[in-house]
Amino acid sequence: MFPAHAISILVSNKPGALVRIALVFSRRGYNIDSLVVSPTIDDSISRMNIVARGNPETLAQIIQQLEKLVDVIQAKDHTRQNVVEKELALLKICCKRDERTELLQLCDHFKAITIDMTESSMIIQVTGNSEKIEAMLSICKKFEIVEFVRSGKIIMMRGENKT
Amino acid sequence: MASKPLNGAQVIIECLKREGIDTVFGYPGGNVIPIFDAILDSDIKLVLSRHEQGATHAADGYARVTGKTGVVLVTSGPGATNTLTGIYTAYMDSIPLVILTGQTVTGSLGADAFQECDTSGMSFASVKHSYLVKNTNDLPRIIKEAFYIAHSGRQGPVLIDIPKDVSTAPCTAPFVDNATLPGYKIPGKAEQEYIEQAAATIKKSKKPLILAGHGAAISGAGRAVKELAEKLGAPVSSTLLGLGVFPASHELSLGMTGMHGTVAANKAIHECDLLISIGSRFDDRITAKLSEFAKQCEVVHIDIDPAEYGKVITPRHFLCGDAKIVLEQLLPLTEKLDSSEWLKTVFAWKKKYPLHYPKQGGLRVQHVVQTLHEVTNGKAIVIADVGQHQMWTAQFFKCDYPGQFLTSGGAGTMGFGLPAAIGVAFGNKTGFPVCAILGDGGFQMTLCELATAQVNKLPIKIFVMDNHFLGMVRQWQDIFYDKRYSGVLMENNPDFVKLAKAYGMEAFCVSRNADVKRTIEKAMEYNDGPVLIHCECEQEDNVFPMIPPGASIDDILTERPKAVLEKPTGGT
Repeated sequence: MFPAHAISILVSNKPGALVRIALVFSRRGYNIDSLVVSPTIDDSISRMNIVARGNPETLAQIIQQLEKLVDVIQAKDHTRQNVVEKELALLKICCKRDERTELLQLCDHFKAITIDMTESSMIIQVTGNSEKIEAMLSICKKFEIVEFVRSGKIIMMRGENKT
Repeated sequence: MASKPLNGAQVIIECLKREGIDTVFGYPGGNVIPIFDAILDSDIKLVLSRHEQGATHAADGYARVTGKTGVVLVTSGPGATNTLTGIYTAYMDSIPLVILTGQTVTGSLGADAFQECDTSGMSFASVKHSYLVKNTNDLPRIIKEAFYIAHSGRQGPVLIDIPKDVSTAPCTAPFVDNATLPGYKIPGKAEQEYIEQAAATIKKSKKPLILAGHGAAISGAGRAVKELAEKLGAPVSSTLLGLGVFPASHELSLGMTGMHGTVAANKAIHECDLLISIGSRFDDRITAKLSEFAKQCEVVHIDIDPAEYGKVITPRHFLCGDAKIVLEQLLPLTEKLDSSEWLKTVFAWKKKYPLHYPKQGGLRVQHVVQTLHEVTNGKAIVIADVGQHQMWTAQFFKCDYPGQFLTSGGAGTMGFGLPAAIGVAFGNKTGFPVCAILGDGGFQMTLCELATAQVNKLPIKIFVMDNHFLGMVRQWQDIFYDKRYSGVLMENNPDFVKLAKAYGMEAFCVSRNADVKRTIEKAMEYNDGPVLIHCECEQEDNVFPMIPPGASIDDILTERPKAVLEKPTGGT
């Protein structure tokens, strides 16, 4: 399996920009694992964080082709750079009363919080890097997971440098 | 009382005028009627094609010969889809076009309305940029941006999709003088530091070679290329679309390189110690087997598109900028190289392996092309369609002038030739006659444009090289597929002379080598509009030299191999 690359893009808020960006990846055999689009402090510009897998030899070409798109202001590869990366995931678990304590202990360990609880279910919110979320999910598999959703990775350069 | 504001369609036409557009190629339909109405009140010439693909290729030919942006105006749905081949053709060859497509009213977008389709969405894979205009007041800004994008940096087609209510509503926005695009950068000069590094590498070379590509032609770098070649003492080879940038008759010219290039040009590219590529993108037609390409030499790659860096090969030096400007930066730092031994070797190849063709048998395309060169004294604009005749034209019409040879290079679009020649005839200010060299296959793909040529009395010499085969595919089946001909016989071709005459066009037929010169002279003298010359050619002639796809230069074929070859490993 190809390694995952974390890419950050600044893009003008124009119709079709997302499709054009997606085409740059798909044409070169890349799979997009996650995609986060969010506003920036400038209303006319959006930030995209993309995690994608594909042949590493093609990555430089993908960044160059992204930069070439008229609406793309900047595209950078942050793989293995000094960045903060965060994801958020929600887990809905069906749990009987006697399972609750163990689950809450797990939450405590992962610094996760419960954001919804009924007699028979709870929703757990966990944040952190991808590995932490994978670990939490893996342990919770012994319970009855009803739903699982994660936000996709957002990244930011550490220190004064811009992402 | 304030004057009534212009409607969207009128604003579009006014914007075109402000961009200096005097000719538009188009075909009408329901959703574009308002714009066709507005164009009547301007002095812009509207050229009505017979098919939207023809209009797009014509605008492409017009752009290639004038250096201006070609403009296409068509309707929604099938009108727009019919332009796609033309748009892709222009995209592959970096030709500036603005394509205006009509669209259903904004309220019906996405509702499968009559002749509605997601035109801008469809265009994404083969445009430089595209727009769907949702608001009439956006028109002045979008049109300004579109022309700016199409004609700057690495040029290319830009599509603007215009819903009918947008073209009929009043526009209150002012005209725009400048495009503001924060993410759009245009390389001009290369970094001086990189120029100096490249110059240092160049100084060490004893076996230099220049490769002149389409980028050199587009930037008008012909004189600079010649100066560099003469100053260094470096031979020059050319890509298909770079033909004419450096004069073919110059001592240092090796002719075209690549799959059907000369032996000398191909040997030189594989034995040089320095390759200076000026505006070529190292197409697989040039490199042959990539793992063996340019391994022995330092590469200086000049290109206006930063994304070309490392796309196919990773050069020692990448100079990003306009070819002419970069060469002007580089020239003062270069001096004569110690290349005399190398030149001796290269000239010996040139002498030993000239382009040739069999003189016996029926009429040869090569002979027709050579005679055309002789009769016009090389002073003609030649537009080739796609196939064997295209390669023979590239080989045997020796181009001494930049821009005199036009063809669909990257896309290889059959059917390009005739409509492109129409666009060329509209834009031609060189005084050179316009000659279209077509095969019987490609001609029949867009022959409806005979009407466009005839109704406008365009002085085009249309050569139909008729071998009753799709010759290039037949050649592959001959050499690599044990002569198992599949789907290549053009049975029941019409009588092309009668066909032309049915359009009211003058036409001649030639089937013997001995009659070629007289017939061409007659065609060149004819001055009442287009003339078609039907050339009944040898049916099973092959183009040589040929490097089989995926093979290396050592495998170059200069004649038909006796045994059937392995099926090619490379792409097409």
